[in-house]
Amino acid sequence: MFYCGKYPIIEKEQIATGVYSYVIDAPELAREAQAGQFANITAPNFTLRRPISICGIDKQRGTLRFVFEVRGKGTEAISELKKGDNLDVIAPLGNGFRIPENQRVIVVGGGIGVPPLLGVSSITGKLCTAILGFRDSSKIILKDDFKANGTNTIICTDDGSAGIKGTVTFALAEALEENNAAAVLACGPMPMLKAVAKMCEVYKVPCQVSLEQRMGCGVGACVVCTCMTVRNGKEFYSRVCKEGPVFNAEEVRFDG
Amino acid sequence: MADLRVRIAGVEFPNPVIAASGTYGNGECYTDLYPISKLGGISCKGMTIEPKLGNPPPRIAETYSGILNSVGLQNIGVHGFIDFYLPTLKEEGNVIIANVAGATIDDYIAAAKALDASSVDMIELNISCPNVKAGGATWGVTPEGAAAVTKAVRRATSKPLIVKLTPNVTDITVIAKAVESEGADAISLINTLLGMRIDIRTRRPILRNNMGGLSGQAIFPVAVRMVRQCYKAVNIPIIGMGGISTWEDAVEMMLAGACAVQIGTAIFSDPYSPLKVIDGIGEYMDKNGIKELSEIVGQCEEW
Repeated sequence: MFYCGKYPIIEKEQIATGVYSYVIDAPELAREAQAGQFANITAPNFTLRRPISICGIDKQRGTLRFVFEVRGKGTEAISELKKGDNLDVIAPLGNGFRIPENQRVIVVGGGIGVPPLLGVSSITGKLCTAILGFRDSSKIILKDDFKANGTNTIICTDDGSAGIKGTVTFALAEALEENNAAAVLACGPMPMLKAVAKMCEVYKVPCQVSLEQRMGCGVGACVVCTCMTVRNGKEFYSRVCKEGPVFNAEEVRFDG
Repeated sequence: MADLRVRIAGVEFPNPVIAASGTYGNGECYTDLYPISKLGGISCKGMTIEPKLGNPPPRIAETYSGILNSVGLQNIGVHGFIDFYLPTLKEEGNVIIANVAGATIDDYIAAAKALDASSVDMIELNISCPNVKAGGATWGVTPEGAAAVTKAVRRATSKPLIVKLTPNVTDITVIAKAVESEGADAISLINTLLGMRIDIRTRRPILRNNMGGLSGQAIFPVAVRMVRQCYKAVNIPIIGMGGISTWEDAVEMMLAGACAVQIGTAIFSDPYSPLKVIDGIGEYMDKNGIKELSEIVGQCEEW
């Protein structure tokens, strides 16, 4: 079940250069939403909405949180909205993460792929290990939010300006060696997801990846946001908005 | 309350607003928001006799007041449509239009024959898809090609036949007349205009298919012009589309000569836009003492 409507922005914060956090008052959306789902949000004066992942779901308070990066003129227009303005959203959309109950999970995020994983950390808390990769220390977001959930939070930066120097895959291998995780849930750039999926294959741990694609309707109607998938040896294009955005990694053709 | 019903090729629509092919799936995507029976009709996702994989992504790019798409007719095939989607769709009670594309005339004939035995209300012949290499618009850009497909499909089905025209031609009226003479019951126009966008950082086209079809508000005046030209050239009913997003646009399109309209890209911006257009047309009729829509169709008074 999804809704389409205008919901007031009750909190707005810039959490890094070009990265914004909005909280909207939307009880029915919060009731339905699951970690890993997304919203298709109107960019004022643009034809297409922008798909933005749901970062936080507060069912008691009836709120949803979005954290997004200004990538182009559309997201820039969204970032210019103020506290008190309405956010025009279609949500919650797509399939979220399937989170194993009472078992250890590892979440792996790269850059602006980090926000949808916070919802997993909120649910799994101490059972969750978060490996979060950023270009440099100035790009780090949501670290304290993960920690506040009791999640073991490991930061990696490309230039070593914070945490471990290098990509998330090194830290992931270590975490997979150390703990018997029931699943790895990942979101980030395609090369990162490909490396994470490969690593999980080696360690024989089920891996779910959240994908991104240029999107139209967001509800499965227009069939533009596809990615190549394979099932029973047969290749076909799946809709990121409908069959995804979270897919089982073994079903994704990362080079397709 | 004004009477919004319209009749096209013997088929009665509860109102003149139809969801355009490719923007509304097969009616299954927006049921969380409102009963799709509120629409006058639904033109289903373009289908081919065999299932089709479609083009590689990215398939969409934003443009000034519009979008480019290059889906490439990804669909589950005519038989998949008939088996999986049509039974539930038919329960809604509005007009169900099957949009049909093909690479060869035999493809079109096979699809039309399969649909002839089904419960679809009308067939919309897509000879205007710009995103497939074989077929699609290659049939629609010459009067000979358009006539040949129309003639063949006309023989293959007794369903009311709409032919959807491409704007990517020198003179659309020549094509309109050609399909009229071969038995088309109605024409719908315009499909998308061929366009392209390039990412200046990567120097690559944004669409993986390089080119794609332009739709949305940007193309509205082109659509109005072509509907007007066709209205003056043929006697069969016209379904107007291309960038309609408000009831004012719909009324304008009807004044140009359209009996009904299709709404597509506007649904992506606002899924409720077709309903707002229906309500707006009704209020416009009430306010202006218009009893039925035939009173305004084509009634633009040219200088």
